[in-house]
Amino acid sequence: MQLTVKENKMLKGAFGPGAAEAMRIIVALGEAYDAPRMVEVSRAHEAFGASESSTWFLELFASLNARCVVPTTCNPTFDYEYLEKVGKCLPREDTDLCRRTGEARVKLGIIPSYCCTPYLQENVPRVGEVIAFSESSATPYVNAVCGARSHRESANSALAAAICGRVPLYGYLLNRNRKGEILVNVDARLRDDFDYHLLGYAVGKEAGTGIPVFDKMESLCTSPEDLTSLGAEMATSGAVSMYHIIGITPEAKDLKTAFGGKPPKKTITVTDADLRRVQRVNSQPKGKIDFVMFGCPHYNFWQVRDVARLLEGKKICKDVDFWVLTSPTTRNLAKVMGYEGIINKAGGHIIGGTCSDQVCWERFYRGKVGVTDSLKAWYYNVHRGISFILERRSACVAAALKGGF
Amino acid sequence: MTKRTISFKCHKITGGLGRGESLISADDICFYGADPDTGKIFEKGHDLEGQSVAQKVVIFRAGKGSSVVQGEGLHQLKKKGTVPAAMIIQDPDTVLVAGAVIWRIPLVDRVEKKFYKYVKNGSEVEVNADRGRITLTVESSQGSKGSREKK
Repeated sequence: MQLTVKENKMLKGAFGPGAAEAMRIIVALGEAYDAPRMVEVSRAHEAFGASESSTWFLELFASLNARCVVPTTCNPTFDYEYLEKVGKCLPREDTDLCRRTGEARVKLGIIPSYCCTPYLQENVPRVGEVIAFSESSATPYVNAVCGARSHRESANSALAAAICGRVPLYGYLLNRNRKGEILVNVDARLRDDFDYHLLGYAVGKEAGTGIPVFDKMESLCTSPEDLTSLGAEMATSGAVSMYHIIGITPEAKDLKTAFGGKPPKKTITVTDADLRRVQRVNSQPKGKIDFVMFGCPHYNFWQVRDVARLLEGKKICKDVDFWVLTSPTTRNLAKVMGYEGIINKAGGHIIGGTCSDQVCWERFYRGKVGVTDSLKAWYYNVHRGISFILERRSACVAAALKGGF
Repeated sequence: MTKRTISFKCHKITGGLGRGESLISADDICFYGADPDTGKIFEKGHDLEGQSVAQKVVIFRAGKGSSVVQGEGLHQLKKKGTVPAAMIIQDPDTVLVAGAVIWRIPLVDRVEKKFYKYVKNGSEVEVNADRGRITLTVESSQGSKGSREKK
């Protein structure tokens, strides 16, 4: 790989030991993928959490005095102060990891957004921008919907890129690797974001690392929450980091453009029956529930508003915990707009900066049954011994009021 | 029994020199599934279940698992000194590559096809990532058609 004078200096330590170590990672990735050179990035998002290796990796770079040179946001951990305030206490080892992750992030100059959907508010790229985003659900959104260009970064490689301000040139950065491969005909009614969760999970399983192209979806509502859900699930059941929707996403004016003039490698059709099957096969049988979890990926303002409307003037069953996970930014907006008050009054919580895939949930709910509208939340909590019933938002809220189905 | 060495070309991902017994895995590896004290893989049903990766030259197709989990595993092995001596893979990903850099494990891919014909579990292997060479010690009856380099 051809490095510039500045890049060579960085590698040799002229910009400090942190930048040198980060550069070694980026160069190794360039070697692995035969990149001819580096390209500069304009923003980054790192997907670390509160776990021993996440904390260790962040602290390593903080101890080397590394700093992010481009705007860099971060994934959520968990708001243990709020959890303790509402009587959900955690062992010291968990809260220590969480606190240390936060401290290292500040030293590295990372924006404390604590949100897994940064592309909606805190860190929004434009078409064609080269960026370094980790977080499996964020990568498809920034590539497909924003039209930006990001590798499927790991938390580690995204942080390294943020520190060097560079990524190697390969993969999704190149036009030829962004073209569609699989044609998806959607012959199903998509009523709300829950149906997009199901659709994403069904397509991801078929697509693997391929690039799906959705056709005949122009007439449907494709809101930010629909597209967030679609991408998150395709990156859960598969490893999709790029997709197209004809007439909607910026690189898919028509079928010919989306496929780069080539025929699809395969065609799949997704029907209503397929969506219902995804729900049925992966859901726990309906019965009593211990808790409700919304916000994987983080609920946006409109989804929070929807929950508040469904709960207004009602009371959640006293045996059911009720959580809406969102970003600190959205929680603040919900507070000002009175939605937090409505949710609290009904007996529920809206919690900021907290992820569904963190150790705290295992402490509270191992062996318990929850209800959620997210297959991703279910999938990543299997190893924590938590089971989930899968339902759309309105049905989840109804179950919360009754204590189950 | 006489022994001789055969050398194979490979492609460097991360540099360094690693030497040890080979350990071949048919399954992709997540190092979170290894016991840090012994380096033994405990993942149920894994091809390497019960075998230790410590100081071995581990030969596998690719890494697996989320960035946090894979990183956690390598971090624990490094702390206890039970990391592999080198890794020979076929399909690199950003998580494994970043891990190999941070924990200073030589990592190579694109090895000449015939390497996979000669290598067995427990072979003596040297990975010189910087030179892009893998040297395998074999019994002299093996590999008569290989590109040999007599010791």
